[in-house]
Amino acid sequence: MNAVLNAPVEPYADVPKPEFNPGPPGTEITIRGLTKYFAGWPLYENFDLDIPKHRIVSVFGPNGCGKSTLINMIAGLIPVDSGEILFDGKSLKDTKIGYVFQNYREAMFPWMRTIDNIAYPLRLERKPKAEVDRRMQELVASFDVKFDLNRYPYELSGGQQQTASIMRALANHPEVLFLDEPFSALDFEMTLFIREKLQEVFMKTGTTMLLVSHDLEEAVYLADQVLLLTKRPTKIAEILEYNEARPRTVETLSDAGFVATKKRSLEIFQREVRR
Amino acid sequence: MNSRHFSRALPVVGPLALFVVWDLVVRAGFIKPILLPPPIATLETLVTGLLGGPLLADFLVTVKRTLEAFAIAAAIGMPVGIALGSSERAYRSVEFLIDFFRSTPSSALIPLFLLIFGVSDVNKVAIAAFGAFLIVVFNSAYGVINARKQRVMAAKVMGASRWQTFRDVLFWESLQPSFVGLRSAVSMALVIVIVAEMFIGSETGLGHRIIDSQQVLNVKSMYASILAAGALGYALNVLFLLAEKRIVHWSGR
Repeated sequence: MNAVLNAPVEPYADVPKPEFNPGPPGTEITIRGLTKYFAGWPLYENFDLDIPKHRIVSVFGPNGCGKSTLINMIAGLIPVDSGEILFDGKSLKDTKIGYVFQNYREAMFPWMRTIDNIAYPLRLERKPKAEVDRRMQELVASFDVKFDLNRYPYELSGGQQQTASIMRALANHPEVLFLDEPFSALDFEMTLFIREKLQEVFMKTGTTMLLVSHDLEEAVYLADQVLLLTKRPTKIAEILEYNEARPRTVETLSDAGFVATKKRSLEIFQREVRR
Repeated sequence: MNSRHFSRALPVVGPLALFVVWDLVVRAGFIKPILLPPPIATLETLVTGLLGGPLLADFLVTVKRTLEAFAIAAAIGMPVGIALGSSERAYRSVEFLIDFFRSTPSSALIPLFLLIFGVSDVNKVAIAAFGAFLIVVFNSAYGVINARKQRVMAAKVMGASRWQTFRDVLFWESLQPSFVGLRSAVSMALVIVIVAEMFIGSETGLGHRIIDSQQVLNVKSMYASILAAGALGYALNVLFLLAEKRIVHWSGR
């Protein structure tokens, strides 16, 4: 009797743990069996996904399908109910990531000067001052910054603040950069500028990027892969490859390949919305 | 140009009107001079009193007690409030106590404090500190609890530890509501100090002076002391607003 009571408690012992199947070589993020319920309803159930390394993946899908929730779960900002997410075989805590929020106003720290905001991830890593300064100069050069970084964030325009928060997200050379609708609070001019800067950074560094967008043109323009999602419970509707060479320019927007990919994405999107 | 000069003068209109009405009422004899002295005489008493007269000594004593009480409240209240706020479970468990004593008029506790501290100077400071402390704790705790979640998330995603998140985000987020608390706390401290000076056998302070002048019907001195107390409260408020604007420079932006 006692022996039975004191036996190691192993609930669900008879359900075998699903075998972990790694993604193909060159996979950056492997998601297996991801499950997330909201208010008793499944948002994601046994969701599997491989996100390739050194590519930009745009996430697109119907309202409420959990695009942002997906990247927030991958970035560790929202807990998952179950499932596994690995970065090149490592867990999140061994992986450097950068994250750009839609609402830059509440993402920057207004008590620090803009330059200190950008350097913050390096300060957390206790990098020596010389190294921090060198990295700041690099970032300023590559983003062609013309505004005064010694100002406080609230003294800058929206586009400047978002530029600064992208610089902050890139400061410590993250393995993956998450972008949650980074342009939707910006005017058109700033959107174009930051889009080009992101493309430049990507061409230079090959940082894996995961972009949530509600603008299909923007999603396809930046992407190597367009990840189209279904309505909830969310599944992968389709993954479209878009292999147009970079740098892509305004001309790309009227290019046959671009138009075809955008059209195909729209068809899938509409099919999923009506389903 | 003329209209701009005029708008600048607007804040003076109210006080001037008050003094004019006050003067007319006294001159017309609606109120006996023994109850209400003419405004000029009152202001004269106030100014000469504050320029080295006995009013100045009482004024300074009240300032000292208020600031002492406030300093104790702030030095203990802010850390306690921020600590309670960073653990919501801890705050919930003492929330009722804080709300209850915050809602209890501190003056109702004067007899209790008399039992503990006796009729002493410490007593007046202690009870004022207690009332102000609750306000500071409450505001600082809520400042931390209601910190913008996204900034906390931003720190987390950059790899900040719990302590680093607290030091670099939560503490700063709580500053603005903390300042609101500090400002209310200093007003509360002044109120309680004045009340305590009136009723806890005091030999000094504005409260003592007000009640003493009233007893001997020295109304000029009484009104001058009331005005001095008002000026002190107003000045403290303005001082804290200025400090807040400098320190919490991002507030409201």
